Amino acid sequence: MRTLLVLLEKEFRQFVRNAFMPKMVIVFPLLVMLVIPWVATMDVKHVGVSIVDNDHSEVSRRIIQKIKSSDYFSLKGVTESYEEAFDWLETEGVDVILTIPKDFELAMTGHSAKRIGIDVNGTNALKGGLGSQYMIQVVRQAFTELQQEQGSIVPAEMFTVRNLYNPTFNYQHFMVPALMIILLILICGFLPGLNLVGEKEFGTIEQINVTPVSRFLFTLAKLIPYWIIGFVVITLAMLLAWWVYGLTPAGSLVSIYLAALFFILTMSGLGITIANRSSTMQQTMFVMFFFIMIFVLMSGLLTPIESMPTWAQVITYILPPRYFVEVMRAVYLKGASLVELWPQYVALVGFAGLFNAIAALTYKKQS
Amino acid sequence: MAAQNAIEIYGLTKRYGSLAAVDHITFTVGRGELFGLIGPDGAGKTTLFRLLATLLNPDEGTATVDGFDIVKQYREIRQRVGYMPGRFSLYPDLSVAENLDFFAALFGVSVKENYDLIAPIYRQIEPFRKRRAGKLSGGMKQKLALCCALIHRPSVLFLDEPTTGVDAVSRGEFWDMLFELKRKGISILVSTPYMDEACRCDRIALVNGGKVLGIDTPDGIVRRFDEPLYALSGNDMYGLLVEARRAKGVKECYPFGAVHHLVAGEDFAVGSLVDYLARQGFSDVSVCRVQAGIEDVFMKLMQHE
Repeated sequence: MRTLLVLLEKEFRQFVRNAFMPKMVIVFPLLVMLVIPWVATMDVKHVGVSIVDNDHSEVSRRIIQKIKSSDYFSLKGVTESYEEAFDWLETEGVDVILTIPKDFELAMTGHSAKRIGIDVNGTNALKGGLGSQYMIQVVRQAFTELQQEQGSIVPAEMFTVRNLYNPTFNYQHFMVPALMIILLILICGFLPGLNLVGEKEFGTIEQINVTPVSRFLFTLAKLIPYWIIGFVVITLAMLLAWWVYGLTPAGSLVSIYLAALFFILTMSGLGITIANRSSTMQQTMFVMFFFIMIFVLMSGLLTPIESMPTWAQVITYILPPRYFVEVMRAVYLKGASLVELWPQYVALVGFAGLFNAIAALTYKKQS
Repeated sequence: MAAQNAIEIYGLTKRYGSLAAVDHITFTVGRGELFGLIGPDGAGKTTLFRLLATLLNPDEGTATVDGFDIVKQYREIRQRVGYMPGRFSLYPDLSVAENLDFFAALFGVSVKENYDLIAPIYRQIEPFRKRRAGKLSGGMKQKLALCCALIHRPSVLFLDEPTTGVDAVSRGEFWDMLFELKRKGISILVSTPYMDEACRCDRIALVNGGKVLGIDTPDGIVRRFDEPLYALSGNDMYGLLVEARRAKGVKECYPFGAVHHLVAGEDFAVGSLVDYLARQGFSDVSVCRVQAGIEDVFMKLMQHE
């Protein structure tokens, strides 16, 4: 016990004296939590629109007004000439051209077969695709409103979309729990690994290895500081989520901290395992990057697992972050509790045990 | 249990692939002996140290340190030996005093109780006790490393090239300290590439290519050189080396610092060699008899390998 305290004292001393690490642990979460939710968004806003209005009717005016008032569109201009509207596509950053043909109003009453044209600039596939979808919705809404006001029959294709759990479809609310997970992967996985392999590179581990200190105590002393740092980081991230994005967990803090504990243990175990197997920082970095890429892209952090091919979905079951992602989203957005999420907790406990066992087995004082 | 010898090594072998870094080495180091391992880089000295310090497991052979087996009883050995690796391996971001306290604590001792042992060395770096170890000069780093290796009062000390990269004055001081420690009954195994330091050991082992070429006292080693030795110099040193090797009666000729050392054979005569070299166009040729050193013995033993 005394030896562990001596080792911990040394680790904390080195941590505080490091010119880089203490800053990194504070600045990195701040940066990620304050900047990324705004920039890494799949929300498409400000789709540039130009309208070719050849109808000049009540309907066309209503459509134009709806587009003007929508957050999703920025109206670049209304004209009567398609050529002019098309020019704006080149010069004004127009993504969607909406064409309302002459006598379109008559189509509403079924006396004409005229249709509204939506031309999309496919250069930015995401913006174009979502832009045209939004456009269809806006136009339909305009129709519906008019028909209701004028007492006409409600068209059959009328539908309502109600988004559960993230009512405003706020992409930030989807991203913030994911970013917390990425922070923990980087800080609790990367840093203890780099710290350990640093001792190998400096040669200081040679001197430790000839002392009677056991490998278990030495590794534990490396991990404990990062466990503490992990909890500081996730607390900081949750406070930022609350202050900046108004996002608080719908479920209990206990379920979050418990899952975070097992996840932190898993990641640090992985980091130590990789460090045990590498002899330089570079080697550790590259292997870590490999795992981080897979974790970030395949654990459902950014893209839903359900939309992956089946073989990829199978792989996700062996990725620890998958379970933590599920817990975080369920607790944060749905208010799920430990009782419903027990399979995820069991998986996290299992991974924590597994990776730390491998970490303990791969550390050798002798070779 | 008090073993007869501080270190006993029998046929110790460590292979890296097909290369044997330590190849069936056998020798013993007595209690309180200052034993030197002399050899060029890559001779296998560091591997031997790491084997004895229980950082490596041997492929063949056995060894005991202070009576304990290096494979089975590594725990006991780690309590009893001090190891100073060739590379500075203390924490550069901890201060002098913190490093010393840290290693004392890892061995479960306090600096105070063993202060008498390190005092002659530690006093020299004590004025800098608050300085970070990484900011010390080379000589001071070595002194601190020695203090840290001694803080738990080891019975056997392993020093892997402790004076490499240290200035001549500090080197001299360092060896004076080793003498002090020897007087206090600590057995020391030290390696060095410097032949002048070899003379300060009780006994030395010449190692090359993972093998021991010879073990004796420094004087005994030198006495093994029983052939006449000459120093050769002139204006074109390289041409001289090539030509001298061709000359009659010359057994061997090799560069030795600023001159060439020349081992004379049976029908060797100084006069005829000088004449021969003069005829070949060399000027300022000088040949004079010299006393053989450890390095000459080394060259000879290596030739006969």
